[in-house]
Amino acid sequence: MPVLAREIEKAGIPTVLVTMMPNVADALLAPRVVGVEFSFGHAFGMAGDGAVQGQVLSVALRVLAGASRAGTRVDVDIEWPVPVKEAYRAWQPAEPSPIVAAMLGQRRANPGPGEG
Amino acid sequence: MQVDGYKFLPRSFRSRFEVSPAPGDGDEVFAPFGPRLAGARVALLSSAGLYLKATQEPFDEAGEKANPLWGDPGWRAVPRETAQGELGLMHLHINGADILADHEVALPLRALDALVDAGVVGSSAPTHYSVMGYQEEGLRAWRDETAPAIVESLRDERVDGLILAPA
Repeated sequence: MPVLAREIEKAGIPTVLVTMMPNVADALLAPRVVGVEFSFGHAFGMAGDGAVQGQVLSVALRVLAGASRAGTRVDVDIEWPVPVKEAYRAWQPAEPSPIVAAMLGQRRANPGPGEG
Repeated sequence: MQVDGYKFLPRSFRSRFEVSPAPGDGDEVFAPFGPRLAGARVALLSSAGLYLKATQEPFDEAGEKANPLWGDPGWRAVPRETAQGELGLMHLHINGADILADHEVALPLRALDALVDAGVVGSSAPTHYSVMGYQEEGLRAWRDETAPAIVESLRDERVDGLILAPA
């Protein structure tokens, strides 16, 4: 996604990335970044929580319009209201994604030391 | 506070996100935002793999299952007026239940409408955008095809700025 933002920005259209992984967006030189410490799949907040969704969107708009240089990053100081272990399980799909399934299959076929 | 990007990530996944720019991507890019926000037109883009259930094809699930290193690089136009319940989701790397229950989680069209009504933003673009965030390494199709097509649409609709939200 940082690459898509950069490609669009190169064409002269300002962008801001609202992301759960602002460290990755920073590393890939996204022009403007808003970090949220939210569970994956929830860039703007919990389902049904219009207040937080509006708050995150407002921050994104301020960064979009107000940043004066590349690499501007603002992290939103809102705690995800679900315990970490519960949230960690909740965002993951019921079935492993194809790439994860393939990796697990390889691991089973070629167990490392102590995995046999 | 500083966001911990690894807070909800399995430890075994971390190394996949310890990244550096690809060759040619090591320079800063920055397009200044010109107008006052209260007079600007803004669009949204989500990578949650959203599509209009009534009129659009889902992103290619079978293709990714056949080739786990590939993800559908296409994009979908989501009209400004799209209502809750009209979007489907094809993204094999997240649990999309909350996004389907409340599209605002990934694509806050109504929240943007509210800020337009309040005079904070000039207007919401007629078209917003969806892609599917899992892509093959190198992102060739996104660079060569998807990004130019989205740029053309943004220009056609005189959009002043784009908010992107990875899923």
